[in-house]
Amino acid sequence: MDSLFGKTGIIFKRELMAYFSTPLAYVFIVIFLVMNGIFTFDLGGFFIRGQADLQPFFNFHPWLYLFMIPALAMGLWSDERKTGTIELLMTLPIKLRDAVLGKFLAAWVLSGVALLLTFPIWITVNYLGNPDNGVILAAYIGSWLMAGGFLAIGSCMSAMTRNAVIAFILTVAICFAFVASGSAIVLNAFSGWAPEFLTNAIASLSFLTHFDAISKGVLDIRDMLFFAAVIGAWLLASAIVIEIKKAN
Amino acid sequence: MIEISHVTRKFEHFTAVDDLSFSVSEGEVLGFLGPNGAGKSTTMKIITGFLAPTSGTVTIDGHDIRTDPLAAKQLIGYLPEGAPSYPDMTVLGFLEFIAQIRGFSGKEMQQRVEKVLNDVDLSSVCEQTIDTLSKGFKRRVGLAQAILHDPKVLILDEPTDGLDPNQKHQVRQLIRNLAKDKIVIVSTHILEEVSAVCTRAIIIANGRIVADGTPNELEAQAPVTEAAEMPTAPGRLEAFFRSVTAQEA
Repeated sequence: MDSLFGKTGIIFKRELMAYFSTPLAYVFIVIFLVMNGIFTFDLGGFFIRGQADLQPFFNFHPWLYLFMIPALAMGLWSDERKTGTIELLMTLPIKLRDAVLGKFLAAWVLSGVALLLTFPIWITVNYLGNPDNGVILAAYIGSWLMAGGFLAIGSCMSAMTRNAVIAFILTVAICFAFVASGSAIVLNAFSGWAPEFLTNAIASLSFLTHFDAISKGVLDIRDMLFFAAVIGAWLLASAIVIEIKKAN
Repeated sequence: MIEISHVTRKFEHFTAVDDLSFSVSEGEVLGFLGPNGAGKSTTMKIITGFLAPTSGTVTIDGHDIRTDPLAAKQLIGYLPEGAPSYPDMTVLGFLEFIAQIRGFSGKEMQQRVEKVLNDVDLSSVCEQTIDTLSKGFKRRVGLAQAILHDPKVLILDEPTDGLDPNQKHQVRQLIRNLAKDKIVIVSTHILEEVSAVCTRAIIIANGRIVADGTPNELEAQAPVTEAAEMPTAPGRLEAFFRSVTAQEA
């Protein structure tokens, strides 16, 4: 355990407690829940649809994450650079991997907690009808994986700059590209002239495409691998960026 | 023993450290002097493994800081410039975090933290968050995390910067007490500090060593005319410091 994860756990614990020692964690959770409510009941027409499922709830998650998750990730590394604690952290006997993973996992767990706290809507839909709870579970897993993808991107952007606001804007921009590449607007713009494989390639990079598949209850290993690969690649990029930029 | 061998660090437009070589052995308290921008902090960042040198090697007790960083870092206690720490944590929480990273747990961790809180006189504020502390307390928190694991090598970047005279005295006392059997490298602008605590001083300018010796030896080399105006030891050291660094700047 210790040799495999090294000191990741200690970093993870510190980071998670740091979220809760400031109002950040509470503000994040409350706003997340409120926004979810608005999206699901108002825009999603949860009651009007008259169907016992959580489609209107999960459909908005990519768009909700688009600006919520970057807020969670923006300080991950930029704050360390700004306060100079990165010098402390990187001269302690830990591996860079421990720090990158520990920080990421803390943010991911916080987003998971926020997601779990949406459970009243699951109770509601079960009270009102007989939904397929397998599909709902799959969608929850998919949503959390997608949050991880957003967070990994945010971790890398946060490593790029000592300014958290810049990190936020960069993360939103890149996440938007990943979400929108599967939306009809982008795909239609390509499908008219581009070869099919290019359109497919763009669509296959999209968080939306993979998340839609999972949230409809299709827990395909390829969709899960996609998010795992996104997380892995962006965390690796984070480590590389930190190594290069820490001196400035 | 620390060995710095032909270390060079280039940044985009200038060379901060230029082919620097020296070694420090147990029991030595090395004062690391030089004008602002001479490369003191950069050298310390390289020794502690925060920055990679462009070329050259640093070994801590035989452990190369680049190829065997964890073993080397375990031996080092480091107070970075400005004594950074996590502002939202309490003093106690922060020191426990450092202790865990250093591999302590349970009772031993508590004893270590308690001892260090006493050593640097932080017990009274240990439940406060760090951002509510005064500059002097913050500096002591930085010192506490550096000495918590009783490191063999202690590297302090301007440990007394911004402290009042009493606090400065206290920190010097602490360094003197710690120095036995240890390797201590202290960077400072305060030359009386060198005379007070260091057994050896290195002056660098433009990334190169321009003087290396005991404080007494360096004082003796002060230019005669200026030394006459400076009756005290730190005064003579200052005269010497200016004579070797002024033309470079």
